[in-house]
Amino acid sequence: MRANEVMGIVFPNAHDDLMAQMTVLRSMGAVPFGARYRLIDFSLSNLVNAGITKVGVITRANYQSLMDHLGSGKPWDLDRKKGGIFFLPPYGYSETRVYTGHVDALQGAMSYIRKAKEQYVVLCDADVISNIDLSEMLAQHERSGADVTVAYKKGKLPKNHRDIMSFTFSQDGRAKEILLSNTIAGDCNYSLDIVVIRRELLISLVAEASAKGKTSLWRDVLQPGVDTLKIYGYKVDTFAAVMDGIDSYVAANTALIECPKARQELFCKDRPVYTKTRDDMPTKYGLEAKVTNSLVADGCIIEGEVKNCVLFRGVTVKKGAVLENCIIMQDCTVGEGSALKYVVFDKNVTTGNHLTLCGAENFPVYIDKGQNI
Amino acid sequence: MKKTECVAMLLAGGQGSRLGVLTERVAKPAVPYGGKYRIIDFPLSNCANSGITTVGVLTQYQPLELNDYIGSGKNWDLDHQEGGVHILPPFQRSQGGDWYKGTANAIYQNLAFIERYNPEYVLILSGDHIYKMDYAQMLQQHKDTGAACTIAVLEVPMEEASRFGIMNVNPDGSIYEFEEKPKNPKSNLASMGIYVFSWDKLRKYLIEDEADPNSSNDFGKNVIPLMLGQNEKMQVFRFADYWKDVGTIDSLWEANLDLLNPKVDIDLQDPAWRIYSKTPSAPPQYISPEANVQNSMITEGCEVYGAVDFSILSDNVVVEKGANVLYSIIMPGAKICAGATVQYAIVAENAVIGAGAVVGQRPEDCKDLDNWGVSVVGAGLKVGAGATVGPKQMIREDVKEGVAL
Repeated sequence: MRANEVMGIVFPNAHDDLMAQMTVLRSMGAVPFGARYRLIDFSLSNLVNAGITKVGVITRANYQSLMDHLGSGKPWDLDRKKGGIFFLPPYGYSETRVYTGHVDALQGAMSYIRKAKEQYVVLCDADVISNIDLSEMLAQHERSGADVTVAYKKGKLPKNHRDIMSFTFSQDGRAKEILLSNTIAGDCNYSLDIVVIRRELLISLVAEASAKGKTSLWRDVLQPGVDTLKIYGYKVDTFAAVMDGIDSYVAANTALIECPKARQELFCKDRPVYTKTRDDMPTKYGLEAKVTNSLVADGCIIEGEVKNCVLFRGVTVKKGAVLENCIIMQDCTVGEGSALKYVVFDKNVTTGNHLTLCGAENFPVYIDKGQNI
Repeated sequence: MKKTECVAMLLAGGQGSRLGVLTERVAKPAVPYGGKYRIIDFPLSNCANSGITTVGVLTQYQPLELNDYIGSGKNWDLDHQEGGVHILPPFQRSQGGDWYKGTANAIYQNLAFIERYNPEYVLILSGDHIYKMDYAQMLQQHKDTGAACTIAVLEVPMEEASRFGIMNVNPDGSIYEFEEKPKNPKSNLASMGIYVFSWDKLRKYLIEDEADPNSSNDFGKNVIPLMLGQNEKMQVFRFADYWKDVGTIDSLWEANLDLLNPKVDIDLQDPAWRIYSKTPSAPPQYISPEANVQNSMITEGCEVYGAVDFSILSDNVVVEKGANVLYSIIMPGAKICAGATVQYAIVAENAVIGAGAVVGQRPEDCKDLDNWGVSVVGAGLKVGAGATVGPKQMIREDVKEGVAL
């Protein structure tokens, strides 16, 4: 199928509740990640790298920072006359309300979906950090004659997810059973919440489910429909991290520092990850800077010691400060001589001089946006 | 159409021949600077920040990379419904056409472009310098003094004055004389090559200068003296901040390393005066466990596994394990292989310095300081493993393994 026959729909609020403090004031899609990105960048980049130029973003709440980030869509090449990015906040018209699941979210955006001319839709949540060649997934969908194709990964089920699908496939690759948040030991085929489906089929499935007051696309449509619908899986072997809480968030950031393969797969040169830029100057390393095993964005001024950290844009690390295993978001300042270990700072946090803040490997300390320690 | 008050004309057509191999296939304003910028980012950002929204960029020499870089001007906030940035190469007319013969002739050939906007003032800029300037202030002074032409000047040390075009002024700042590279300078106010003209005067004198077959059609050499000779009111606008010409290898290298010098006041992080640029999408920089980065500037896409000291790495530069980069400028996409040493050098875009190779020499190791200088490796070239490139070398083709130059 040609890329212009496909449109994308992204759900940036899909699992807000899992990210606790990080999503108090922002949607999941707007959560900063990996020194210079926000979670939605991965879904959007996957879509545009497959040549998809029409993307609807269905939001639910806390979407101000997301709107600011997306703007007109220019960084993802989605600022277009034909197609481009389309923001779909709730209350689009009198009957809509804040949605609870994918079904009522899609029902609320139905006029946008009906008006589209594209034959296929790719649905994406914004909770999976990945770089996936969606054009391959689309090609497989067409070849297999599937009604629905869901991207999946084989491994341990993300444990905090409340409604993640896991599949059992038959010989020919068709799903014969779907379980939800199955507490199974060992490996399983778990969904990455990226779905390819024909637009007309999506419209009828959503209309039917909505008429019965159903809200979950997984529990109420795909799981019971595994025999009537031809559901196939698209296996993803490359780096794909599902965000289901602060632990997975820290682990994914850490993977980028520790594992060159993860970096290479996520920042694949053939399919770059696009994001909104800020025109910061290059990062300055001072005279006594000692930086090792870290991922650093632009605009930082580093005069202290930084080990195994992820530093976002505009972070200042003053002289004598020592940071170990930390994730420091935009524009934070770490004062002179301060020591931070296993700490996650949200944006604009500042510490005074000679302060110590220490978490543990399995218990990082998270500090809210704008705090002054 | 809303009236445009001031149109900026940016002269970006020169070869910059003193930059040697760095401008062999690329115009000088497109040469990388400061890790993520190109020289033209400074006049373009200054225009945008000064509120000048119509900018003509006059190109001539090897413009492809420059044209591609500027694009629609969106990255400098210069993509507008009316005005915005326009690339202006020489073009054919029904009576024929000509290459740009000089700075004044280049503007003369584009009078029709300026005519379309019918501005009151025209700002002439060049794309050769690193500086931050609010042109609106210069324009305001031009209006307040009622000058026909305002020339921005910089105070230079008197010992150096004979290298510049010098303006001799009255106490009120009006110019009574202009001397090009005077042996006995009467003042130390050097012309920065930045002019604000009242449009009608500019038009008049460009036409007059073009009609003179003996003129070299240069602003400094011909048009300014012509206007002075006809008693036009010419005023200086004094500028006192950082301003660096980057027309030679040494000055380009120094200007880059100035960014690392705390005593030099060029703040690229000033949110009130952002310098915009077009950067490729690249992942954040990765500094490995074995890396040692001191007193340097590094930007996106870089991977550092070796040592970097007092240097500037542009985007997507790789410094492999055991490699040493010191007092050097590494341009986008270059690769410094394992164990190589790059010192007091400029390595251009996408060049590869092979394993164990040595490029450049520290001045303290040089026995003949008269022949010491910054080494340059041209874009896309490969310096083979184990090769040596001495000081002040300009490498224009691949260097085979083990060769010593």
